[in-house]
Amino acid sequence: MYVDRARQLSILGFLLLLSLALSLYAPNFFQLQNLEDILVNTSYLSVAAIGMMLVILTGQIDLSVGSILAICSTVAALASKAGMPIWAVFALALGLGASLGLFNGLLVTGLRVHSLIVTLGTMSLYRGALIYFTQGDWIYDLPSDFRAVGLGRFLGVPIPIWIALLTAVLMSWLLTRTPWGRGLYAVGSNPMAARLTGLQPSRILLAAFTVNGLLVGLSSMLYATRFSAIQSNTGIGFELLVVAATVVGGANIFGGSGTVLGVVLGALLMSTIGTTLTFFRVSSFWEPTLRGFFILLAVAFDTLRGYRRGVWRRGGAR
Amino acid sequence: MKLWRASVSEAVLLGVLVLTFLVMSQLSPHFLTPQNLLELPRFFAEVGLIALAMTLVILTGGIDLSVGSIVGLSAVVLGALHQGGIPLPLAALAALLVGLGAGLVNGFLVTRVGIPPLITTLATMAVFRGIALGISQGRAFRDYPDYFFFLGQGYVGPFPVQLFLFGALALAFAILLSQTAFGRKVYAIGHNEVAMRFMGHDVDRVKLAVYALSGTLSGLAALVLVSRFSTAKADLGQGFELDAITAVVLGGTSISGGVGGIWGTVLGLLVVGAVRNGMTLAFINADVQQMIIGGVLVASVALYGLMDKLAPMARRGREVGREAS
Repeated sequence: MYVDRARQLSILGFLLLLSLALSLYAPNFFQLQNLEDILVNTSYLSVAAIGMMLVILTGQIDLSVGSILAICSTVAALASKAGMPIWAVFALALGLGASLGLFNGLLVTGLRVHSLIVTLGTMSLYRGALIYFTQGDWIYDLPSDFRAVGLGRFLGVPIPIWIALLTAVLMSWLLTRTPWGRGLYAVGSNPMAARLTGLQPSRILLAAFTVNGLLVGLSSMLYATRFSAIQSNTGIGFELLVVAATVVGGANIFGGSGTVLGVVLGALLMSTIGTTLTFFRVSSFWEPTLRGFFILLAVAFDTLRGYRRGVWRRGGAR
Repeated sequence: MKLWRASVSEAVLLGVLVLTFLVMSQLSPHFLTPQNLLELPRFFAEVGLIALAMTLVILTGGIDLSVGSIVGLSAVVLGALHQGGIPLPLAALAALLVGLGAGLVNGFLVTRVGIPPLITTLATMAVFRGIALGISQGRAFRDYPDYFFFLGQGYVGPFPVQLFLFGALALAFAILLSQTAFGRKVYAIGHNEVAMRFMGHDVDRVKLAVYALSGTLSGLAALVLVSRFSTAKADLGQGFELDAITAVVLGGTSISGGVGGIWGTVLGLLVVGAVRNGMTLAFINADVQQMIIGGVLVASVALYGLMDKLAPMARRGREVGREAS
């Protein structure tokens, strides 16, 4: 298996340089509270980014993750307010995310249309359905056991960080040590060969989309529980942040390569940059530009190295 | 395959259009009135201009998700320059050039760097929107000279100005596609890009031109939009990519390129425009409208996918491409 150590090292190098610049210009960046905030932001982002990596490994993409995040956050909060125990709320958010992901997967494999178009449609579909049911209202007065997930600590470390770590270790094991995980890589690097060796690409795609939805559901539990209200516009633009973290972390957009460690580092980089802007006194209005720029930079590197260039060029949009 | 698909899809589209008008007239008594129908072009012209160029982009097998952000960027450039004391015609020219420049950036990244169109324009969608936000810092630019409002709010006889602007450009694009060598190359690249390269055609130049057109028309759409709203803000044009792509795909242009055309797009646009207008008249929330449009996109992709499966010729022709995806 090809592991992009160079990418992981360059992310670390970039973070080091960033810290150096920050220690000169804004030493109060290095307060414990601020560093902890960055790690907590990284936690929910990296859970979703690991999910996106599964989809990207197979050569597809899911643009609807922001809408899935919003639906799972809202439904989980409403269920918790209605008195549902927290473990059931978790199960509900994960199950709901998985079903929305499964729906994406069914459309992609059933219609045989590239996931970009399908999930561009479902992004609006899911968001519109949510607004239709909530009428755009925010959800306030969240129960304390719900908020304890985002604000609580275990052994002094915030719970979201524990959950993200566990997810990363588990997914890393699944991807590198099980036939299921190897199947994702196989389908992404050569669908024809994968089919000839007896794998079923459509079933593997379906699994990738479903697990991605499940992880976005989990991510929503880490995200929504941190705030005192769930806004109706939760997760707008989230897909971009997640795709950025994933491709910056070395998951090849053409499919077939990527590691959990790289993607977690990518998420760390993206959330650090988000916070850094404030410390450099740059208006947060520029943040989307920076995200887009990082995606282009990362993908340009992959492309110039020439992986599977031919397939994408021939395939155009698909 | 092409003929079979074209004739069936046009019949289906006309049916869908009639159905849409029926449903919308049920939703609001104000929909099927002469005044409203005459005003309709005003509401779909901006997305329509973009959809014309998007048809070409999709015909080459590409996609442009950044169009809505280019609208925001061009609008902000227009507003900021005008507020900075630049005469309006110059500011408008600058806005168009910014659109062209943005399109060239997309085209450059797709053809020279070789980044797939969907990733390129997903990223530049964020880049352009961010620049628009950064320049405007969230402000809105107002106070344009009166003559500027003619473009977005004026009439020629009983018809809104947009009807003529859109009509003329639709005609020009239809001629460009069907009567010129450039147009034939656009189709041919979508059918078989590799063969075109082997035949010695400059595929990259055609693609660059197609993305440049897409950017320029997004800039033009920004002018019309600012003139209609009397104000320029960075969030203008958000979601335009969805409406434009839906109109094109609903209009029968194959998402994998090579098949389709302008007249289908115009029909698809009428459906999207009628849905938007009818639901607005019925006071239905914009996010819910978005949901319906998203549903239409998915459903039309599904429908055409099914049609292609039923056509045995098409099936054989596409087997190769699908195996790769």
